[in-house]
Amino acid sequence: MTTVETTGASQETRIEGTAAAALLATGIGAFVLGLLTTLAEASTGTKDFLQFNDRVGPLSGKTVIAAAVYFGALLVFALIWRGRQPALKPVLTVSGVLLLLGFLGTFPIFFQAFA
Amino acid sequence: MELSNREFWGLIHGLVLGSFFLLAFAGGLAGLYSLRSRWLTEEGIVERTRRLTVGFWAMAVAAWATVITGTWIVYPWYREKLAGDDLAAGCADLALPRPGSCSPRDFLLSNVSGDTESWHTFGMEWKEHIAWIAPMLATSAAIVVVVYRQRLADAPRVRRIAITMFILAFATAAVAGILGALITKVAPVK
Repeated sequence: MTTVETTGASQETRIEGTAAAALLATGIGAFVLGLLTTLAEASTGTKDFLQFNDRVGPLSGKTVIAAAVYFGALLVFALIWRGRQPALKPVLTVSGVLLLLGFLGTFPIFFQAFA
Repeated sequence: MELSNREFWGLIHGLVLGSFFLLAFAGGLAGLYSLRSRWLTEEGIVERTRRLTVGFWAMAVAAWATVITGTWIVYPWYREKLAGDDLAAGCADLALPRPGSCSPRDFLLSNVSGDTESWHTFGMEWKEHIAWIAPMLATSAAIVVVVYRQRLADAPRVRRIAITMFILAFATAAVAGILGALITKVAPVK
């Protein structure tokens, strides 16, 4: 019979390292996507640099870099926090703020203001 | 009845992969929300967790496949510069984009069929960027489910975090999906 391990609510001030890495990586990946989107609008040089593929345009660079940063951050923080349980609140706060900035940076009315 | 190559890939991107992600959401959310030790037997929690793990990973893969096919296969056809610098002349008298002479992007920006410019400058610009946040959120929600497995039933705070990420992934994909459907209605990729 399988035993279900229980974790009391009082213990939830900490989060498993890999889960924390996933949370933080999402915030970082989204933030990088928003940042690159805004920078590409503000600078022709950045826009040209991000054109990894001529048919796709600058979106190719933005998405390839953001996805690579997401998986890279996931790997790095999972290794750093392997077998550890970082405090939940700071991980959640930083991830949430970065995610919000990512949503803001990918919103046209915001990033087009830098054109 | 036949589909062009472009219509086929538009179908795979939007109707097959994208719709799978959006339709599977309700099942995943209900499963995760009700994963509580008070409501389920131990065997029930084990079975539910297995199902959630498979479901969440399937949705994460579908989300990545949706944005990859959208960005690298369908989007280049959407954004081709076919009409030249004078879009109004290049797309003149058209009610829909014309393959080879006026791409969907050219057509929308030309305003030859009403005030369509905002479909590109706001709609497509938002869709093409925000869509990429959905697979990150979906993958991370799947990772949280895999890491905690049965313990999620007794970890309400972590379960709420996973649910929030899952809902955000859905909302993000829904914005992209709805805009994609509306843009396709005005200016289909053919």
